[in-house]
Amino acid sequence: MGELRAYAALAGAQARSVFSYRSSFVIELVGNVGATVFDVLTVLVLFRATDRIGGFTLPEALLMAGITSAGFALADFVVGNVDRLKTYVRAGTLDAVLVRPLAALPQLLLMDLPIRKLVRVVFGFGVLAVAIGLNDPDWTPARVSLIVLAPLSCAVFMGSIFVISASLAFWWVDSGELGSAFTYGGKDFASYPITVYGPAFRGLFAYALGFAFISYQPALALLGRADPLGLPSWAGFAAPVAAFAVAAVAAGVWRTGIRHYRSTGS
Amino acid sequence: MIKTEDLRKDFAVRVKSGRFRREKRTVEAVAGVSLNIGAGEMVGYIGPNGAGKSTTLKMLTGVLSPSGGQVEVCGLRPVPQRTKLALRIGVVFGQRSQLWWDLPLGESFALLRHIYRVPAAEHRERLRRCRELLDLDGFMDTPVRQLSLGQRMRGELTAALLHGPRVLFLDEPTIGLDVVSKQAVRSFLAELGGTGDVTLVLTTHDLADIERLCERLVVIDHGRVVHDGTIEALHARYGSRRSLVADLSSPLPEGFELPGATLIGVEADRHRVTFALDGVTAGAAVADLVAAVPIRDLSVVEPDIEDVVARLYVSGAP
Ligand SMILES: Nc1ncnc2c1ncn2[C@@H]1O[C@H](COP(=O)(O)OP(=O)(O)OP(=O)(O)O)[C@@H](O)[C@H]1O
Ligand SMILES: [Mg+2]
Repeated sequence: MGELRAYAALAGAQARSVFSYRSSFVIELVGNVGATVFDVLTVLVLFRATDRIGGFTLPEALLMAGITSAGFALADFVVGNVDRLKTYVRAGTLDAVLVRPLAALPQLLLMDLPIRKLVRVVFGFGVLAVAIGLNDPDWTPARVSLIVLAPLSCAVFMGSIFVISASLAFWWVDSGELGSAFTYGGKDFASYPITVYGPAFRGLFAYALGFAFISYQPALALLGRADPLGLPSWAGFAAPVAAFAVAAVAAGVWRTGIRHYRSTGS
Repeated sequence: MIKTEDLRKDFAVRVKSGRFRREKRTVEAVAGVSLNIGAGEMVGYIGPNGAGKSTTLKMLTGVLSPSGGQVEVCGLRPVPQRTKLALRIGVVFGQRSQLWWDLPLGESFALLRHIYRVPAAEHRERLRRCRELLDLDGFMDTPVRQLSLGQRMRGELTAALLHGPRVLFLDEPTIGLDVVSKQAVRSFLAELGGTGDVTLVLTTHDLADIERLCERLVVIDHGRVVHDGTIEALHARYGSRRSLVADLSSPLPEGFELPGATLIGVEADRHRVTFALDGVTAGAAVADLVAAVPIRDLSVVEPDIEDVVARLYVSGAP
């Protein structure tokens, strides 16, 4: 209980320091709205050129994009700033975090919770709502629970990927933007029906790394469509399992990484 | 309170060894340090640059995992029980801030109360004491980024103490401070240590800090302990003695001997002499000297810790 209060206080402090630079906050907020609008435009432009993509209609594809977009935005809002870890590792400022009586990861996340990114979360869930409205699925209890679980599982999944790629910095200080390849790359991959990709690429990202289970399979289950690639319909409900598995890996990587933290001389 | 047994930390570093080749080398930052520090002790942990002081402190506070050996602080193992240990220790890294850069100092303190889950009354009382002793009132509402180094350091000290830690680790708390701020920090720490409630481990390059604060001195070099004991023991070991400097009204007679002292310097036509005191008190030596020759002026010079430590750093190298 006391710990929760501590985290809340940290988040409050972060908010106050952000507002102490009010004008730059406004600029970033505007920037985020811009970036988000740009995301939609790319999807719409794509469907200008063709009315089916990988065998799916615009509303169907939009449902996949919507789940990914909502889940990713949520993950990016809560966990996305973990990629600052590399600057903390490089400068050795993680020391200050590690001498406090709280878990390191939540502290890092709350130390710069990007309030401006909330815009993207609202937008992501907006896209999802529109996609659901356009598809108008037959609501069964299972589907109702799935529409809640799918974006949340996607968020946990993407959040874990954020943590894993950021943890690279513990071993490799100059990991640079390699981590973003997995996070933003994964988001882009999961925004489209996986039928559009070649078999090798799909085998790796969709099944081996699990990105199929965060939006493609749940969307099929919501739509009641058979998987053209042959997985049974319950695969859509594997989303929480995939999320849990990746989260477990992320926790392990993080814990090992922190023991490899070497601070800096001085 | 603090116990280490053969504590080690190696860093793997890559060094350039040719145009494209990079060789892997290990730096033994801490190479087998065994310490046993009791509750309430004030220990100075010194050594030349790169000796491994900061690295040791980081292992004691749970920031770095040791490469080998045992370590226990407050009965806890620092890395596995890091968050639990953090409630019982206070840490000041002189080169790094613990405070929130963009928040007023006072707000950082309020935040720390939540983080350490300190009851409001206790927090208020400790903060009141620190404000008084460290004279914080002038800048409680200033954002930390606008504080001067000395002001910030007083803030850091307060921040490290608000949860009433049992052990305080200070890595160069007086670095870059002016004489007045140094004095303020020292007397604050002296008062804190005087209560005997807090165990204090301090690294510094300013040996005056040590002379003022620490009974016990641990010197490390190249990651190894080269001295562990009192400052007096260090002087005894290196044969540094107090000395008596006297200005005489008439030249010192040839062949003069002062019992228990050695003549080590003669200047100004035998009008100024220096004796090293081996086994006598300064009083006895002065009495003997005055009996033999008339004296105009005299002074007793304490052995210089800087000299001793400099000799130690040189001879400590493997
Ligand atoms: N993160 C690191 N990576 C690689 N080597 C390191 C790292 N931190 C410290 N070292 C090396 O370990 C040795 C001990 O460093 P440390 O910072 O503990 O010294 P110190 O006694 O605190 O010195 P100073 O008085 O200069 O602060 C040095 O040789 C340093 O180069
Ligand atoms: Mg140091």
